[in-house]
Amino acid sequence: MRIDCKHVWEHISAYIDGEVDAALRADIDRHLETCEICSAVLDSTRNVVVLVADGRVFELPVGFSDRLHARLDRELELTKPT
Amino acid sequence: MATGTNPEFEKECIGRILAGEKHLFHTLIRPCERSIYFLLLSLLRNEAEAEDAAQETAIKVFRNLHLYRGEAQFRTWVLSIARNEGLGRLRRAERRREESLDAITDTDSGDFTPTLLTSWREIPHETLERREVSELLRQAVEGLPEIYRNVVLLRDVEEMDVRETAAALGITEGAVKVRLHRARALLQRELAPKLKGFAPKRARFFGWGA
Repeated sequence: MRIDCKHVWEHISAYIDGEVDAALRADIDRHLETCEICSAVLDSTRNVVVLVADGRVFELPVGFSDRLHARLDRELELTKPT
Repeated sequence: MATGTNPEFEKECIGRILAGEKHLFHTLIRPCERSIYFLLLSLLRNEAEAEDAAQETAIKVFRNLHLYRGEAQFRTWVLSIARNEGLGRLRRAERRREESLDAITDTDSGDFTPTLLTSWREIPHETLERREVSELLRQAVEGLPEIYRNVVLLRDVEEMDVRETAAALGITEGAVKVRLHRARALLQRELAPKLKGFAPKRARFFGWGA
């Protein structure tokens, strides 16, 4: 089936996550072969997803873990063994 | 960043903590720390408060550990406690603005059409060494409406699966997928034009980037 650009955009997130069925994937792939715009939209979206997942983008505040475990230590001391 | 957890280990650990080996709680909670913090940051939008709420969450998890029945993944259970902690704080501070969980529904309003480009070169991970790129990404995520921001943080930043994200946020798996799709569309619109400038230029024949 021939699908248009808007149809492709609606499924781009699911396509990236591998959650579209085989028939739809084939339709999208066929569309991408000839549509420069949708290919660029897909690549840029995928790129954004990959970059956002990089641990350097969202980092815990410096010392977060130390402070958390120090507070837990105080709590653990207070609580009697069960 | 994936923060996979190990159910067998967790089960054993919980049993031992409840039997008195309290120090093991540090090991148990460690793999959940990042997710707790970023879920709370997405709710509270304030680093200091998110950190305090994360500490409170960890303490509540410890105090209520005997109530964990193992129906949900441990991290999912922990995140539902974190979410309650965050929502409680929002309510107490009466800071829930119009864009909060109740006010925004999954309507089709809003423009989710992508930014149209004719070519796109991949932005390599090395560009993240430039603080401005990380900053752009962070600002774009933080600028999303809350219902989208939560889902992006859990799915794309913490790399949790659809099921766990749905359980942690108390929404359906369908809603997770719709929101994630829209969030990514909004991020692409916002970021693609800006990031394009960071794509590597074609290698210059004469070298040294003259």
